[in-house]
Amino acid sequence: MAGSSVGASEGAGSSGAGAPGTGGAARGYRPSATLPFAAEFRRQASRRRTQLALGFMVLLPIIILIAFQFESGDDDGNGRGEFASLADLATSGGLNFTLFSILVSASFLLVVVVALFCGDTVASEASWGSLRYLLAVPVPRARLLTVKLVVALAYSLLALLLLAGTALLAGTLRYGWSPLRSQVAAELAPGEGVLRLLAVLGYLAVVLLVVAGLAFLLSVTTDAALGAVGGAVLLWILSSILDQITALGALRDFLPTHYSSAWLGLLSTPVQTDDVVRGAISAISYATLFWALAYWRFTRKDVTS
Amino acid sequence: MRSPLSGARVRRVLSTRRRIVAAAVVVVLLAAALVWLARPGGDGFRTEFAPLTVRSGPAGDEPVDLDTTLYLPGDASAANRVPAVLLAHGFGGTKDSVRADAEDLVARGYAVLTWTARGFGRSGGQIHLDNPDYEIRDAQRLLDWLADRPEIRTDSAGDPRVGVVGGSYGGGLALLLAAQDQRVDAIVPMITWNDLSRAFLPESTGRPATDGVFKKGWAGIFFGGGGNAGSGPAGIGGTSAALPEGAPASAGPPSPGPGAGPGSGPGRGPTGAADPSCGRFAADVCAAYLRIATTGRADQAAVDLLRRSSPAGVLDRIKAPTLLVQGEADTLFPLAEADANARGIAATGTPVRIAWFTGGHDGGAGPQTDSDRVKFLTAQWLDHYVKGAGAAPGNDFTFSRIAGFDALDRGLVATGYRTTDYPGLAGTARREVAVTGPAQPVANPPNGNPAAISSVPFAGALGSLLDGVAGDIPGQHARFESAPLDEAVDVVGAPTVRIRAASPTGEAVLFVKLYDVDPNGAAALPDGLVAPVRLTGLPKSVDAATPVEVTMPGIVRRIEAGHRLRVVVATSDQAYTTPAEPTVYTVAAGDGPLTLPTVAGEPIPTTAAVWRWVLAGLLAAIVVGLVVVVLLARRRHRRQDRSVHPEYAGVPLVVRDLRKEYADGFVAVSHVDFEVHPGQVMGLLGPNGAGKTTTLRVLMGLTQPTAGEIYVFGHRLVPGSPVLSRIGALVEGPGFLPHLSGLENLKAYWRATGRPAADAHFEQALEIAGLGDSVHRKTRKYSHGMRQRLAIAQAMLGLPELLVLDEPTDGLDPPQIAEMRRVLQRYATGGRAVLVSSHLLAEVEQTCTHAVVVNKGRIVASGPVEEIVGESPSVLFEVSDPEAARTVLDRLDGVRVLPDGDGQLVVDTNGTARSEVVAELVRAGIGVDRVVPRRRLEDAFLALVGENSRGSGDR
Repeated sequence: MAGSSVGASEGAGSSGAGAPGTGGAARGYRPSATLPFAAEFRRQASRRRTQLALGFMVLLPIIILIAFQFESGDDDGNGRGEFASLADLATSGGLNFTLFSILVSASFLLVVVVALFCGDTVASEASWGSLRYLLAVPVPRARLLTVKLVVALAYSLLALLLLAGTALLAGTLRYGWSPLRSQVAAELAPGEGVLRLLAVLGYLAVVLLVVAGLAFLLSVTTDAALGAVGGAVLLWILSSILDQITALGALRDFLPTHYSSAWLGLLSTPVQTDDVVRGAISAISYATLFWALAYWRFTRKDVTS
Repeated sequence: MRSPLSGARVRRVLSTRRRIVAAAVVVVLLAAALVWLARPGGDGFRTEFAPLTVRSGPAGDEPVDLDTTLYLPGDASAANRVPAVLLAHGFGGTKDSVRADAEDLVARGYAVLTWTARGFGRSGGQIHLDNPDYEIRDAQRLLDWLADRPEIRTDSAGDPRVGVVGGSYGGGLALLLAAQDQRVDAIVPMITWNDLSRAFLPESTGRPATDGVFKKGWAGIFFGGGGNAGSGPAGIGGTSAALPEGAPASAGPPSPGPGAGPGSGPGRGPTGAADPSCGRFAADVCAAYLRIATTGRADQAAVDLLRRSSPAGVLDRIKAPTLLVQGEADTLFPLAEADANARGIAATGTPVRIAWFTGGHDGGAGPQTDSDRVKFLTAQWLDHYVKGAGAAPGNDFTFSRIAGFDALDRGLVATGYRTTDYPGLAGTARREVAVTGPAQPVANPPNGNPAAISSVPFAGALGSLLDGVAGDIPGQHARFESAPLDEAVDVVGAPTVRIRAASPTGEAVLFVKLYDVDPNGAAALPDGLVAPVRLTGLPKSVDAATPVEVTMPGIVRRIEAGHRLRVVVATSDQAYTTPAEPTVYTVAAGDGPLTLPTVAGEPIPTTAAVWRWVLAGLLAAIVVGLVVVVLLARRRHRRQDRSVHPEYAGVPLVVRDLRKEYADGFVAVSHVDFEVHPGQVMGLLGPNGAGKTTTLRVLMGLTQPTAGEIYVFGHRLVPGSPVLSRIGALVEGPGFLPHLSGLENLKAYWRATGRPAADAHFEQALEIAGLGDSVHRKTRKYSHGMRQRLAIAQAMLGLPELLVLDEPTDGLDPPQIAEMRRVLQRYATGGRAVLVSSHLLAEVEQTCTHAVVVNKGRIVASGPVEEIVGESPSVLFEVSDPEAARTVLDRLDGVRVLPDGDGQLVVDTNGTARSEVVAELVRAGIGVDRVVPRRRLEDAFLALVGENSRGSGDR
């Protein structure tokens, strides 16, 4: 602080009360220009957890690929269920390898990653104390949430695409470009297979909106980033467990995870979209509800952190 | 002092309690909702259990006890008579196997009479296989009984308004009863037979049942199941996949196991010990079975007995509108049975409607969509023809096709189709496919062992999976294959094929099957259906053989493009009895192509289509909702009071009557009111918890005030007000992104403001921070003081006109504090102002031009620092004997000795002249060394906030 000469002379001219903007704002301030998308994107990009999560999305398919190299020749005939069949087929081509990579990560890894991006975004700012400075800029609260949400969703999508892209690239290089095979359907030509794969990714993205919504809601209600991320993952797991209890009957249809594996229907011929549509309705309804609550809560709450 | 404290506490406790209550209410409501959703079906009906004794037999004089249950809707009475449904169970079942269907129907307003057929369960009598003199007459007596019930609607005396519903054995009863008793108003026979002799002794080239091939698998199961009271294919559609007791669990041998032979069951029947070889079967039925099963051939007497129990001969007498439901996955009663019934009944002009579904005796209830459709059709049929409600159901034909596996629960998924007219088994169009192959020798294994497997009775949904299991024994079958199809074919109906065969004995029993072979070579036998044929008069050489046409069982299947069709002619099948002698036949393709009937069905819209609309509607609603919310927000924004308070236009900060009360009832700020003018360095002074930080939080738009206003340059300040951009703030400590360096943090912050980078004045800010090269280190490695300085620099970015600093010197060392004073004093020039909150009194005294003293959420003093200090009436005395001085001073009127920590004597003279006080002390012999007016703010502060320095947070 030594010898600083801030003050009178320079200050008065440059920022002075000369030409305030609308609503008495400082010169150059526009509410709609605050916290630009790119600025928030860079804020998040510089974080270690973002880099690690995205890096892992690239790494996972390669780890799986290496693991398959150790496969001993003897097949113990574990022909039970869709998982086993997809696992058996995983090495039959790049498309099948991609499908397998998605299958193994859809139920938990992607959930964690999405919860991380969406649950951490506001809560971490609150825990650092930087949230109140953003609000004092002032970044309008709704704008803050919108930018944060859009960036978090963009990173989630990026993670999904990175996973699928790496798997497709690595799988194709290793196993070749061959038709998509699955137990529920006949072979699909590679072109058609890519379309199906994209549809699967699209549906997964929609289903994960529930996690995104839940994590985001928790993120604005707590100052603990870990609580928001962990809470969303925990509730997701709870819903998955409840979904296993058939005694709940029709109630299970209302669980957010009930339709989480409906994307398997996109692999059959003809494509079964019934559960996909129902799953999309469920996911979008939940996500909208959670986000609406998040906005409602955050635009009213006292920021005390 | 005590009462507000306890009051606040009481409020807090109350508030917590209120929250607990609210949470409890929510939990209870949720639980109630769950229970309501998961509750078992409503109990809007009553049941009457009654053993009825009816008289039947050829002469109508043989009494038999029937175990019955009558389900009555809750509101049925003599005044409110309801139509009735006679609900019959399947073979081997009891009245309890149709309970679920009965409850469905009673919920629709029907009285439902279920009973256990004679020979089963607790009912008496013997099994006569739906004999018109026995089972059918029993049912007629039940109609009589219904007609006598006061709650049952009648058409005339003794003629109840009644429909008959049943599957399999119950379906046969429905048809035979409608033929025998014209009081029946409508029937819904499901998965049942037209000609029992043909069902058990089929022959697919059109030969009579005496030449049929014995379907030993099914026959054995029924004969075994008739001995005890298991639950067979029963209920509506006979569709429960439950196994009869004694039936093989799944892929076991299709004949009764050793423990399930006739009469080996529990024998709960009241008839007591019976013939061990016949169980509860009537002697004539039993004898016929034994004869057929022994030889594998039926004599005319046996065929006559079976035909007596068949609707085939009496269809022209059926006048009750008939809904025929038949299963596609049914190797016992294939689609041809319903087809024959439909043609026979419709020939007399009786309304007939046909529906096929993907279940059956092998396929069970089929997928959910199918059982829903069957239930809907049944209800619609009964409602119109029995209850007299609803429009007349059309006679359009509905069927369904397995579309694949469900992705979620691994069940089957079926697609429903409909056409306006029933096309029969020949379809509306046909597609001819050439199948070729050389003449092939095929061996008939002795005693039919080993045998090919085509279907496993009672395999339930597993039956469809047998598509892949079905195996032919090498050497025992001939194959004829087509080229790959260039386009998909939707087969609906019974394909036909022509074959030629030669046999050294002149006779051959063959099984003709049609496989769907995919490009990878996997062959599927649709629903495990085979066409058994018995050929006689065959030549020894195949060249001399004449082609015969084989009509295969009706199927509904889409053969995809690229798939091949394979006709297999086998010599053995586990489900049938084949000649015991080993023989080698020769089989060749016939002179014509394979003919596939097709039906262009229109898909039945399912709920899935509705869901698609729901999804579209949901998305549209979200978009509309978003637009509305945004518009409302804009409108509110436009309507916001933007006027500039003229009085305060030039004043950086005006706080008016501010009050903040938290949700838990704690009042952090009860009344704060002050102004900061240009050029001022305003100190906000108060003990911890006095409400300083809360005031600043409200000022930064972080917290909503309960009451009061804040004006910044005349603009009303609310959370997010644009005018906040003219305030630079440090509130409640620094807040930085730990993974960024100091400089990056400042830049990231400035980027978030969206203002031009040139306006930021980074250099000056960094100069204030004085961090040197540390500015490039990550902030997580900063010391507390470094962070504090960086935060002050951040607050000064853009040189805001009002600088708000909360405890700015926290963590700074003395030289830095001194420097900070100078910085702040210089800053507050040129129209700018600074608001500093602090509990360090010296700091405010030295830094600020003005001060506001807050205590317990209220302002206790405000004004220029000198004035506040000047108000202090206290004086510090240094005396030789403080104890004595104290007693002297206590005597003086109005003079008060203030408590002081370090033994000094601080005195509030309270108007009494200091000279007088000194004189008084001297008079008392006390030496006075020094008299210092306490002009320090600390005293003023203590004087203003009172002796008790405990923070207002403790109130």
